[in-house]
Amino acid sequence: MAKPTGFLEYTREEASKRPVEIRAKDFREIEELLPWDRLERQAARCMDCGIPFCHAYGCPVRNRVPDFNDLIYRKQWRRALDILHSTNNFPEITGRICPAPCEAACTLSINQPPVTIRLIELQIVERGWREGWIQPQPAEEKTGRKIAIIGSGPSGLAAAQQLARKGHEVVVFEKADRIGGILRYGIPDFKLEKWILDRRLNQMREEGVRFETGVDAGTDLSPRYLQRTFDAILITAGASKPRDLNIPGRNLNGIHFAMDFLVQQNKRNAGDHIPKEQEISAKGKKVVVIGGGDTGSDCVGTSRRQGAIDLCQIEILPKPADVRPADNPWPVWPKVLKTSTSHEEGCTRLWSILTKEFIGGGDNVKKLHCVELEWSDTDQSGKPKFREIPGSDFELDADLVLLSLGFLHIEHGPLVEGLKLGTDGAGNLVVHPGCQTSVPGIFAAGDCVMGASLVVRAILQGRESAIAVDRYLMGE
Amino acid sequence: MNGFSNERKADGTLTPYGLYDPANEHDSCGVGFVAQLDGQPRHSVVQDALRVLINLEHRGAVGGDKSTGDGAGLLLQMPDLFFRQVCEDRRLTLPTPGDYAVAMVFLPTDSALAERATKTFEKAVQEEGCEVLGWRMVPTASAGLGEFSRSTQPEIRQLFVARAAVAPEHFERKLYVIRRVVEKEVAGWLDRDTSQFYVPSFSSRTVNYKGLLTGTQLASFYPDLGDARLACAFSVIHQRYSTNTFPSWSLAQPFRFLGHNGEINTLRGNINAMKAREAKIESDLLGPDLEKIKPVIVEGGSDSAILDNVLELLVAAGRSLPHAVMMMVPEAWGSKFHISEDKRAFYEYHAAIMEPWDGPAALIFTDGRYIGGTLDRNGLRPARYTVTRDGMVVMASETGVLDIAGDRILRCGRLQPGRMFLVDLAQNRIVPDNEVKAKISRQRPYRHWLKDHVIGLRGLFVPPQIPKEDPDVLRRKQHAFGYTDEELKMVLSPMASRGQEAVGSMGNDAAPAVLSNRPQLLFSYFKQLFAQVTNPPIDPLREELVMSLTSFVGREKNLLDETPEHCARLKLPHPILTPQDMMRLRQTTHPDIITAEIDTLFPADGNGDALSEALDTVFRRAERHIRGGATMLILTDRQSDGDHAPIPALLAVAGLHHYLIRKGLRTSASLIVETGEAREIMHFALLLGYGANAICPHVALSSIREMADLGLLEEEIKADQAVDAYITAIKKGLLKTFSRMGISTLRSYLGAQIFEAIGLNRSVVDRYFCGTASRIGGMGLNEIAMETRTRHRRGFPQRGKPTSLLDAGGDYHIRDGGEKHLMSPEVVYHLQYATRANCEKTYREFSRLVNEQSHAHATLRSLFCFKKTEPIPIEEVEPVEAIFPRFVSAAMSFGSISREAHETIAIAMNRLGANSNSGEGGEDPARYHPLPNGDSKRSNIKQVASARFGVTTDYIVQSKELQIKMAQGAKPGEGGQLPGHKVNKDIARVRHTTPGVTLISPPPHHDIYSIEDLSQLIFDLKAVNPSARISVKLVSEVGVGTVAAGVAKAKADMVLISGYDGGTGASPLTSIKHAGLPWELGLAETQQTLVNNHLRDRIRVQVDGQLRTGRDLAIAALMGAEEFGFGTVILVTLGCVMMRKCHMNTCPVGVATQDPELRRRFAGKPEYVERYFRFLAQELREYMAQLGFRTLDEMIGRVDLLEVAPAIDHWKAQGLDFSAILASPRNTNGGPLRCVRKQEHELDKSLDRELIRYCKPALENGEPVHLEMPIRNVHRTVCGMLSGEIARKYGAKGLPENTIQIHFKGSAGQSFGMALARGISARIEGDANDYLGKSMSGGRIVLVPLANATYLPHENVIGGNVFLYGATGGELYVYGTVGERFAIRNSGASAVVEGVGDHGCEYMTGGVVVILGPTGCNFAAGMSGGIAYVYDETELFDTRCNLDMVDLESVWTDEDKQQLRTMIERHVGYTGSIRGKMILENWESQLPLFVKVMPIEYRKVLERMRLQQHLDDETVSATEEVYRG
Repeated sequence: MAKPTGFLEYTREEASKRPVEIRAKDFREIEELLPWDRLERQAARCMDCGIPFCHAYGCPVRNRVPDFNDLIYRKQWRRALDILHSTNNFPEITGRICPAPCEAACTLSINQPPVTIRLIELQIVERGWREGWIQPQPAEEKTGRKIAIIGSGPSGLAAAQQLARKGHEVVVFEKADRIGGILRYGIPDFKLEKWILDRRLNQMREEGVRFETGVDAGTDLSPRYLQRTFDAILITAGASKPRDLNIPGRNLNGIHFAMDFLVQQNKRNAGDHIPKEQEISAKGKKVVVIGGGDTGSDCVGTSRRQGAIDLCQIEILPKPADVRPADNPWPVWPKVLKTSTSHEEGCTRLWSILTKEFIGGGDNVKKLHCVELEWSDTDQSGKPKFREIPGSDFELDADLVLLSLGFLHIEHGPLVEGLKLGTDGAGNLVVHPGCQTSVPGIFAAGDCVMGASLVVRAILQGRESAIAVDRYLMGE
Repeated sequence: MNGFSNERKADGTLTPYGLYDPANEHDSCGVGFVAQLDGQPRHSVVQDALRVLINLEHRGAVGGDKSTGDGAGLLLQMPDLFFRQVCEDRRLTLPTPGDYAVAMVFLPTDSALAERATKTFEKAVQEEGCEVLGWRMVPTASAGLGEFSRSTQPEIRQLFVARAAVAPEHFERKLYVIRRVVEKEVAGWLDRDTSQFYVPSFSSRTVNYKGLLTGTQLASFYPDLGDARLACAFSVIHQRYSTNTFPSWSLAQPFRFLGHNGEINTLRGNINAMKAREAKIESDLLGPDLEKIKPVIVEGGSDSAILDNVLELLVAAGRSLPHAVMMMVPEAWGSKFHISEDKRAFYEYHAAIMEPWDGPAALIFTDGRYIGGTLDRNGLRPARYTVTRDGMVVMASETGVLDIAGDRILRCGRLQPGRMFLVDLAQNRIVPDNEVKAKISRQRPYRHWLKDHVIGLRGLFVPPQIPKEDPDVLRRKQHAFGYTDEELKMVLSPMASRGQEAVGSMGNDAAPAVLSNRPQLLFSYFKQLFAQVTNPPIDPLREELVMSLTSFVGREKNLLDETPEHCARLKLPHPILTPQDMMRLRQTTHPDIITAEIDTLFPADGNGDALSEALDTVFRRAERHIRGGATMLILTDRQSDGDHAPIPALLAVAGLHHYLIRKGLRTSASLIVETGEAREIMHFALLLGYGANAICPHVALSSIREMADLGLLEEEIKADQAVDAYITAIKKGLLKTFSRMGISTLRSYLGAQIFEAIGLNRSVVDRYFCGTASRIGGMGLNEIAMETRTRHRRGFPQRGKPTSLLDAGGDYHIRDGGEKHLMSPEVVYHLQYATRANCEKTYREFSRLVNEQSHAHATLRSLFCFKKTEPIPIEEVEPVEAIFPRFVSAAMSFGSISREAHETIAIAMNRLGANSNSGEGGEDPARYHPLPNGDSKRSNIKQVASARFGVTTDYIVQSKELQIKMAQGAKPGEGGQLPGHKVNKDIARVRHTTPGVTLISPPPHHDIYSIEDLSQLIFDLKAVNPSARISVKLVSEVGVGTVAAGVAKAKADMVLISGYDGGTGASPLTSIKHAGLPWELGLAETQQTLVNNHLRDRIRVQVDGQLRTGRDLAIAALMGAEEFGFGTVILVTLGCVMMRKCHMNTCPVGVATQDPELRRRFAGKPEYVERYFRFLAQELREYMAQLGFRTLDEMIGRVDLLEVAPAIDHWKAQGLDFSAILASPRNTNGGPLRCVRKQEHELDKSLDRELIRYCKPALENGEPVHLEMPIRNVHRTVCGMLSGEIARKYGAKGLPENTIQIHFKGSAGQSFGMALARGISARIEGDANDYLGKSMSGGRIVLVPLANATYLPHENVIGGNVFLYGATGGELYVYGTVGERFAIRNSGASAVVEGVGDHGCEYMTGGVVVILGPTGCNFAAGMSGGIAYVYDETELFDTRCNLDMVDLESVWTDEDKQQLRTMIERHVGYTGSIRGKMILENWESQLPLFVKVMPIEYRKVLERMRLQQHLDDETVSATEEVYRG
């Protein structure tokens, strides 16, 4: 194990972030890295638990956290990298954007700040890239089997890499003009610069993965064609259908889904030209973001960088506590107030707010009519109940409203219909154990199966579905 | 008794049923002899012998039927005159003495059968050339015998046989042959129950009167013995104590040559080795008769009977009796012993011929001319002797068995470890050990033979450097042999870095191999057995000098002959070979080393049949090679590749071993195993235990080399060093494994099969692991092949390369995809949340997770389910409050867990009306007083463990239950060590030691080497605190049921059966994982054995080991448990998150740590524990309601309501058969299935009742009392009860010094002065037996010889073994010398004695001991504190002292001089010691002869304390500093 008394000797040290006044002026990454030796000391805080909750409870892909912590403490970076890659295809991505349930479950966090697991993960893989340890691992033998993967988000990419390394011929179809799905267009550059993604995609290309962009499978390629051409099809199309807010005034201009807004900025950063009429910009505007989640927070950060003059984020749920409430103990995910880097950069945050109506000035939205809520304990069905506080109505000024209320499910378009895939009550694709859909040979994984979730869960699903597809094709 | 049916044979022995197997029975006893040196027969010898027997009666036992003894007997010199006269009465004339023999015969009561047997006997006599003179009906009087004894009593006759034409020197040999012929013939009548037939003796020199009797019954049963005409010059005496209640007539001792007190730990190996040798034995003396004798060993005998069988053969084949005894039970002859080179050569030579029969043993043996005694090398059984001026010799397990006036005594002594005491009746003298052994050692030029013939490995040939293993090839092999990252890191790396096995903590909660979903190594299906109660484990560190890993490999020669070539074998210093060693063996041209290679491989896609075929090929090939002259077979899996998978090494070795035994070829060649599979200590132990002679772990060694090269080891060391360290670790681990079973040498461990299989089916076991217990069936060859294949595929996948990373593992620490664990993250979380939030719903979730039937079968009980019965409304079930008293917290010492945790548990358990256990670390007396709010921190249960830490009179009195910890689930048969840095002020105070000084717990209780000793300790504790119940903690293993029966007979009130999976604060990983069994097996066996033997009604049964939920408890209750213990689960409610870091003192939640910073993080509350037990009891009530029980009492033992869950969804579990576990005890006749009555402790007979009466003025008013009284050896634990009274009344302070003064005259029985309290001064004039001053807490004992004795006290033995064990205070003065282990674990008493035996002051942690005479070897082993002054006249003391932990200094400071002088002055004052006076009178000239024995650590601590005291008077910070610095 790492140093037995490390946790008693060292305190938690986080990586520094670029100062607000500088970073808010560009879209470059905010977080910096720790010097190697200081990171090694952080790894020494790992206690090598008999039950490593980080690994066995917190981390969806079951990263072998204690194992790589130990190796980092002992400066065995390369071996740590191997162990990290054995459970996670894209640690450079999760190392940047994962909310790190592992740290929430870290045993040390029972009464101390947890081990900086996410940062260690990130630095292991970054060191690997820097040292040139990360090289393509093409399969030695080809199986001759062809697999279509539809959607190039984290699930699809993870599955593609795993399957290519098994010697299968893998084609990834992406309807957008670039590969990466949510990673490419959903996450702002200040959290994940896109060269990071390209670096990994290059490795995958060299491992034999073929990427086909601008192809809307189901429309551009018929379901029959897909089924005829490929030995197996894996659908990893995400859950891109956003939740809407159907209240009066919804049809006013200046009300957009968060994802439309974020995608556009990412494209802009990538050097694409956005036609004026399609442009969604916060520049010089009063922006209200509805929805208190991570996407909402990304909208805040992006709006700030675009030059919003006022920023407000509202959330229907009550404000979480600063520390874990009694009924939310370690090691479960803490329902506490989280302040993102975007929030640090400045933003009004309101909780227990229900938006009743968009009020326009002309075609454009001008104000939101809101009301404060009072939340009470759960009802019989276990859901918390709220009621509007009489007389608490108020209005918020807004030139731009961004809806980040979460996502519903996969788009039920020609693909799903054409392949006759079953969906459940929530609109997700139905899969049997082993990731196979109701149609033999067609598999599905990621958000299109489980609804919108963490990137790390999508990676897990991608890896699991790859095993299932391989087994389907090759037998046990 | 109407219960005897066909489950019992005519001799009363039970047939195996359920988990009960009579093969597991043990016995132990009292032995002795009486002899007249002049050789003149006298009737008084018989009378004396009978008296000795009666006076040893407390060492025997009686069973469920109270008047049936376990057996007693006398082996007499042939009473010629008597037989001549009784025969004359019958008109039968006997030839001259020596020309006739007498057979003592037990005949079946079935008269036709008896007739047939007698005819057979007569025929055999005639056929062998002797003459039948006639039969005599031996008069017997069965009045007064117990029911059972009478109902199984055989008909007893004597057959008189004349020598006729047989040559006189062959007569005894012929008699032996005749007896074997008859025995075999009768045993062959398979259609009849011939179990009663037995020949106790058949000799012209001796005759054996024995039976299933108590000592007192013997004389009246055999009127012959009372006949004044019955005269002889010697008699051997034996009184038996068997763990079983229904012992038999034939197993009563003595046997034909010996009486044995003890146990042969290595029996299985010895039997196998004898069977193997039998094919090869030849004897000129026996000639063709040898075939008639075979098999030499009579199956079904006890270990003593089998020892007797082999001894008889050796003697018949021409070795003298002392020679044969020296060969079978050799003394330790390592370099640390002062013995001559000739003697060492004798032992080494014989080591190449036969392995030791190892075990605690006091043997009394005779062949009619010689009568002698010997002790095993450890000296674990007592034997004391007295020689009188008129030529009488009495030797017995105790002194004082005959009244001998002081002026009649010429000499009194004791048998020393490994020494022999021999009376030669032909020469009419005692032959000293040295003389007899020197003579035998020089009868042949053994030393020259060795020098000329023994082969050494180093001398063979120097191989070139072996090339490094290719990393990719190594990776494949690692995959194929199932190596995991975890193993490399947690098992191999510590071994290779530190030279010892890694230590872990908490219990094993992983699934047993047979329920695991992962491909397990075959090794994992075996569990180590270990010594508990019936034989003691050994301390392989502190008593290393008796241990040995040396062995001889190559072809064995004829056992019955001696030639120089017998030692022409390869001598290995240890059994681990490196690739270089292998190359040496392979390339040598030495004529005696002829190696043959056998690949142990099978087709990589093969199933069980293919595996079986491959094994057969291996066996046939081996046979061919041996017949072709090979002396060493190398079984290797080196050549495995994509097409060939390795046969599991253990399977190949064990199978071949047994195959060769069957073929009579086993001793012709040694088996050398070259396998990639072996890496853990358990693996090596298994391979050796099943027949491998040496092992080369090639993949483990290559892995270590690679790790060293890559810098992946814990320490940065070179590959060669790492390999050396790894081998060192294996060696240490092996010694630990042997010692766990009480075995000292590798030679006796080889093939000893001290394992139990769990999860292997009958056919695999019977074919390849013959004689191994495997009680629940399990998988067969098919599954074994499948598991091997699965692993092999990983190394040689069908497509692509193997992955570069090894499997993560997960056996020790949880890993995804690894082994399943009972304590998952979810289980921990739900339990903690449920008890903190008082949320029953979450508790249910916890319980569901634990019980989860569908996926994770992690325990045997998970496969059981309840039968459908009529439920009752839950309101009718007894309330939770009625259930709480059955709950106990497991023994966790203050020291292993923090004070906060320890006290919180005590408070919680007391609030519930349940019981907490102090653990073995003593208890702070402050906790005896209730808190203002009514809470109490007192632990109702106080543990008495091997170290006796904190066991004071007060501690004993302050308890509701005293628990004798015989074993601990996580490390059975092992001691412990609390390193000095953990011993802070509080811990030291409570344990009565010094802060900063390391505390060692010895592996055995040094007052429990056998079952009768346990009964003594129970008596001791009961005497001091008659109101406390006494419990005995055992760990589940095969045979635990019979041990429990012994415990019940030893009058314990409760027996605890612990699962092997119980927790620990620190234990080697091997012990946590591989020793002991799940409680389900142990509990079932215990319940069945106790009920079958009519003992269940008088003893309660408790169970513990990973108990979690109401379902667990319901199953345990149905299987027979009345009470339930909980350890880990309580800690989890208090915050434990299974870090498994208890041993590192870094518990981050303050539970298992002494670090003040971390202790502050403890967040547990008594309420959490209370809530858990409320939920649990409530859940149990629901099960009770469902099953229709209103009270738990009704439920206990109702195993008929359990069945195996249908459709168990697990590929390996298919073959499991639980019918033996779930068998209802038979023949109970509605008898109790639980405890319904109390044990009868017979404390009323104690001498202390009288003492207490006389001491009333002192007890009540503190007035001085002076008493004088006689004392005998039958008076045990004298002053114990009196001390208890004092402590109860006056607490730890006791009474003022000398308030009670008692003068005893005679021989003090065992445990005199037990827990002696302050205020008592006892003087014994005479001598004393073992355990004097045990747990002495104050007071004073003076032991002096009888006033009229004329012998020199300092040259004679007046005290037994193990004095002052665990004493915490008081004084002892002995005018004379004493036995082994004087002042062992003393932590506060001061003593002066004039000479001690071996292992003096062992494990001492405090107090001062002055020895005015010689010491034995290994003085001060494990002595971490206290001071000893030794008067070293010979100036050889440094060679007898174990210098690992102590320094020797001269006595030069004034302080020391003063201390020494004062103690000697007091000694002289109390005893009048001549030697003491001489020293005082010549003080200046004698002082330089004194050596001060000073523990190194202790000195440092004292110095630091002194310094601190000067600097700062605040002692608190001083001690803090001491222990932290």
